[in-house]
Amino acid sequence: MKKSAVYWLLLPGFVFLAAFMVIPIVLTIGSTFVQENAFTLDGYLHFFKDPYFLKILLTTLQVSVVTTLVCVVLGFPTAYYISRKAPRRKGILLALAIFPLLTSPVVRSFSWMIILGRKGLINNALVGLGLIDQPLDILYTPAAMMIGLTHLFLPLMIISLVGVLENIDQDLLKAAQSLGASRFTAFRRVVFPLAVPGLVIGAVLVFVGSLTAYTTPALLGGKQRVIATFLYQNAMTLNDWYLASVIAAIMIAITFIVVGVMNRMAKTLNPKG
Amino acid sequence: MREKHFGLGLFSLLVFIFLLGPLLIISVTSFEPGTVLKFPPEGFSLRWYENIFKTGGFIRTFQISIIVSLLGNLLALILGIPAAYALSRYDFKGKSLLNAIFLSPVLIPGIVLGFTLMKYLIVVYQLPMYLGLLIGHTIIMLPFIIRVIASSLSSFDFAVEEAALSLGAGRVRTFFQVVLPNIRSGILAAVLIAFLESFNNVDISVFMTGPGVSTLPIQMLTYVENYFDPTIAAISVLLMVLTGLLMFFIERIMGGLTYFTKR
Repeated sequence: MKKSAVYWLLLPGFVFLAAFMVIPIVLTIGSTFVQENAFTLDGYLHFFKDPYFLKILLTTLQVSVVTTLVCVVLGFPTAYYISRKAPRRKGILLALAIFPLLTSPVVRSFSWMIILGRKGLINNALVGLGLIDQPLDILYTPAAMMIGLTHLFLPLMIISLVGVLENIDQDLLKAAQSLGASRFTAFRRVVFPLAVPGLVIGAVLVFVGSLTAYTTPALLGGKQRVIATFLYQNAMTLNDWYLASVIAAIMIAITFIVVGVMNRMAKTLNPKG
Repeated sequence: MREKHFGLGLFSLLVFIFLLGPLLIISVTSFEPGTVLKFPPEGFSLRWYENIFKTGGFIRTFQISIIVSLLGNLLALILGIPAAYALSRYDFKGKSLLNAIFLSPVLIPGIVLGFTLMKYLIVVYQLPMYLGLLIGHTIIMLPFIIRVIASSLSSFDFAVEEAALSLGAGRVRTFFQVVLPNIRSGILAAVLIAFLESFNNVDISVFMTGPGVSTLPIQMLTYVENYFDPTIAAISVLLMVLTGLLMFFIERIMGGLTYFTKR
């Protein structure tokens, strides 16, 4: 086959993505630097000076960091448990972890509205048991967003970790223990380092996913905005497309920085080099 | 060994209750006979399932969702199969860059992609809303199509293709009669995974709604903002049944759910 023929195979998809994705995004980012036909950074300066915008950004980052940490803490032991099971059992457990991942995020966020609402499952139980007099405000707070996002992204963390953990040779652990390492030391020095690449991939997926999630914060966050819902509000409700474009550019920048840094971390931390 | 895993097993059980419990609760509440969502429900009734068909435009938006996901899937296959083939079969200049571009739709935040699509496709390019919705869904399905098919091609023995070529079959004929049948299951799995991705999408569709145009997830979102009756719970149950069925097929086709752990 002639060398140039390869490019013909890629051309239709390339043109499609260039016309409908790359150009619109590049132009959107470009438009944030131009006001009244002159180069400007005003959009960004204004954004980073406005305490209301900064608070939204900070809330988003806090929610994402906490969600990622909780997913690591809940996901690692669970993934380790799944990876130790015989193939048939492992398949069933994996399917149970993947099922919520493939279920509509609207359905999953809605289920938490039933659980966390003022007349929801948790409040009814607590009031019924006489532990509290007034129902707690859980729904429409950052805490509700964190719970919803953890529920949304935990499966991603689990399957990323199972992917690396199931490849770790059990004999390595036995060897470490027969050479006198305790179970904990063997885990810390053998299993954990080998799991780091999966951990980093999982953390990136969860962190970036939480940072840019729309549906869950829209349903569970109430008036509490995060950057994704703030972008939507400016684009569709307030019709401030300039500010929406600035937010879009900031979201892309944060995503690329996080993915870039985590990729580098994964390379340096990978024991296989 | 067994008793040492007890703590770990209990912990994992609690995590699975956290993951699946809410889905179970939503299923149970869908049978509530009253007008307000409660757990536990006060009886058993199918009235909210009937309500799906009567109100809220759920059936109409379901049809739109299905059409958009299927057409977009077809378009993504037409664009994606040649690309996946080129990217996994040949080495050429600019390969890693092109690979990055083809997989980039998963890296761009969905809400950002939705906004830029609305801004340019609908407002600047003046495309009809339906077409914008279709293009947006095609874009988000492409990376899934390419990744699953490329991974299926990576285990295909290209010596078979060489053999067909050396026996005089043309390039195109070889591709359609030798290569394609061999990666059939990969293509089917790619179609199902991409379908779920598109069917559940909110971030793109939320910018692409107009008079008479909306998808099921957006319709559900709008409904939830206004009503808190068990209709959405009933739809959720039907959607979960659909998800379960599709997962079953993906598992059967690929001989396991390994695609998900080896991304």
